Amino acid sequence: MKKEWPLWEIFIRGQHGLSHRHVGSLHAPDAETAILNARDVYTRRNEGVSIWVVKAADITATAPGDKGPIFEPSETKVYRHPTFYDIPDEIGHM
Amino acid sequence: MYAQMVKSTGQGVKSRDEMSAEERDFQDKVDADIRIEPRDWMPEGYKKTLIRQIGQHAHSEIVGQLPEGNWITRAPTLERKMILLAKVQDEAGHGLYLYCAAETLGVTRDEMTEMLLSGKMKYSSIFNYPTLTWADIGAVGWLVDGAAIMNQVPLQRTSYGPYARAMVRICKEESFHQRQGYDIMMRMARGSEAQKRMAQDALNRFWYPSLMMFGPSDANSVHSEQSMAWKIKINTNDELRQKFVDQTVPQAEYLGLSVPDENLKWNEEKGGYDFSEPDWDEFFDVLRGAGPGNTQRLTDRQKAWEDGAWVREGLMAHAEKKAARKVAAE
Amino acid sequence: MEAKFEALLRLGDNALILGHRVSEWCGHAPVLEEDIALANTALDLLGQTNLWLEYAGEVEGKGRSADDLAFLRDAWDFRNVLLVELPNGDFGQTILRQFLFDAFNLLNLRALTGSSDPRIAEIAEKAAKEAAYHVDRSSGTVIGLGDGTDESHRRMQDALNLLYPYAMELFITDEVDAEMAKAGVIPSPDTLKAEYDALVNGVIAEATLEKPEAHFGHRGAGKTGKMHTEHLGHLLTQMQWLQRAYPGNAW
Repeated sequence: MKKEWPLWEIFIRGQHGLSHRHVGSLHAPDAETAILNARDVYTRRNEGVSIWVVKAADITATAPGDKGPIFEPSETKVYRHPTFYDIPDEIGHM
Repeated sequence: MYAQMVKSTGQGVKSRDEMSAEERDFQDKVDADIRIEPRDWMPEGYKKTLIRQIGQHAHSEIVGQLPEGNWITRAPTLERKMILLAKVQDEAGHGLYLYCAAETLGVTRDEMTEMLLSGKMKYSSIFNYPTLTWADIGAVGWLVDGAAIMNQVPLQRTSYGPYARAMVRICKEESFHQRQGYDIMMRMARGSEAQKRMAQDALNRFWYPSLMMFGPSDANSVHSEQSMAWKIKINTNDELRQKFVDQTVPQAEYLGLSVPDENLKWNEEKGGYDFSEPDWDEFFDVLRGAGPGNTQRLTDRQKAWEDGAWVREGLMAHAEKKAARKVAAE
Repeated sequence: MEAKFEALLRLGDNALILGHRVSEWCGHAPVLEEDIALANTALDLLGQTNLWLEYAGEVEGKGRSADDLAFLRDAWDFRNVLLVELPNGDFGQTILRQFLFDAFNLLNLRALTGSSDPRIAEIAEKAAKEAAYHVDRSSGTVIGLGDGTDESHRRMQDALNLLYPYAMELFITDEVDAEMAKAGVIPSPDTLKAEYDALVNGVIAEATLEKPEAHFGHRGAGKTGKMHTEHLGHLLTQMQWLQRAYPGNAW
């Protein structure tokens, strides 16, 4: 009979033009209530213009052990960054 | 502080040679100020100590709603009523953020709540003291929140990511709490004779309990040594207590109130005040639950939890019915 | 101006007394998320109180502030409906009372945004947004608990049986209402009833509850100040304690 309300992860768009950002979590029986709870818990100081809620159990994440194969290969691809290229000062901003 | 006397493994800090390879990697990360995240490997003792500490901190926020909530219905003006309500509401929010941080370690909020209600987990001794007059609401904001902030600001850099992030949010929100308390004290210290007496009386009663919030000296505690190595405790209790006294005494002077300590004296050499230790026997009694305060607080929390069971169950049952109907319709 | 003062007191006192009642929950709600939400509702209502009573004091012209009106009047001078002064009861009773009031408050405030008095229209504009959220929240909870477990259903039906007749006081229309409605200052309460019924009936049905007999036997007792319940005096005793015990002190 006793059943804890599921946990929801809360994402809030702080200002128009920005992405939603994870701000924390809370409990709610369903998604609709999670939105209302998020409004009451996480926007008390005028912090948001839009809210996403995602059931914590529905999130799929990378495992910490995969860090090497997943993220390290990009470390050596230095040519993807503008600082890789030397442009003479005379050319000005590029 | 809000988490007083949290026990760690009790083993003392392991030397690098005694550590396993995993433990060494872990400690290296902590030393390099790289945050530990929920799915990272961590020593069992680290996890257990964190659950105790964050849990105790969260419980303190929730129980801490009660002594201040005691005056919401008696606040003297509409503005004071709104300020106090918003503040006590913040405490509920802070408890919520902290429970969520602890939940990332594999313990649920309901489990932690049950442990609070059965007395298995503690909350800060300070909340067992009664708020008798309106000036106590000023003193709690000024002294209790002031002491809490001392501890919470450094915890924003604590090694466990979810805890550190909760503390960042909490510190940001707390910044008005101490100020509103001092604002009440200023008004009273400049008010009628009765108000001045009330303000002094509140300082008299809350001074030593506030000093106790930092916990007894832990210069030689193995628990504290381990917690500091793990960066879930940043300063010693004595450091923080000294800082608190040094900061608070001039504030009391500004109010024209006297700190109830005849040994209080500026010490030029150490660049801080000398002051009397609180009565640590009292501290241990109160922490263990002696006195009417503890019984009243726990009874209130138990009642809220039991009276609310049908609401939590009812809303969950409705959510399940709704979900089932949706599936049936598809 | 007497009627306008009276009408403003009714608005302010409803918000004040209900805000006070809801604030009693702080620290005692069934779950943290609900504790925080109830505090938000109370804060909105107390904010509305401040605006209505401040204006009431100005209209009266005797130099009384919102605080003077809140803390220095006795029970017979209060103009709130009986519904809002009733004790909280269990959470179901609290949230059902909230919904019955929120629904009225929203419709009333929306109508007030068109008031011939620009100050009233301005306050209503702000308050109506808050009330719209309150209706969302309280109606959802009423539905959830009505259509929840057997126990929650039973408790909600009990609450509805107790409170629904009290809600009818909100629509009693007296000479103050008539005079103010004629001047375009406020809507006549009876004109809000049809929309109220539609809103409330829908929620009651979705909550699988049965609407009880709607007979309010007290004849406008609260809003006219003719007769309050005994509960109001105790509420004021607590709320006004400091102002009464230390007259003239600043806090």
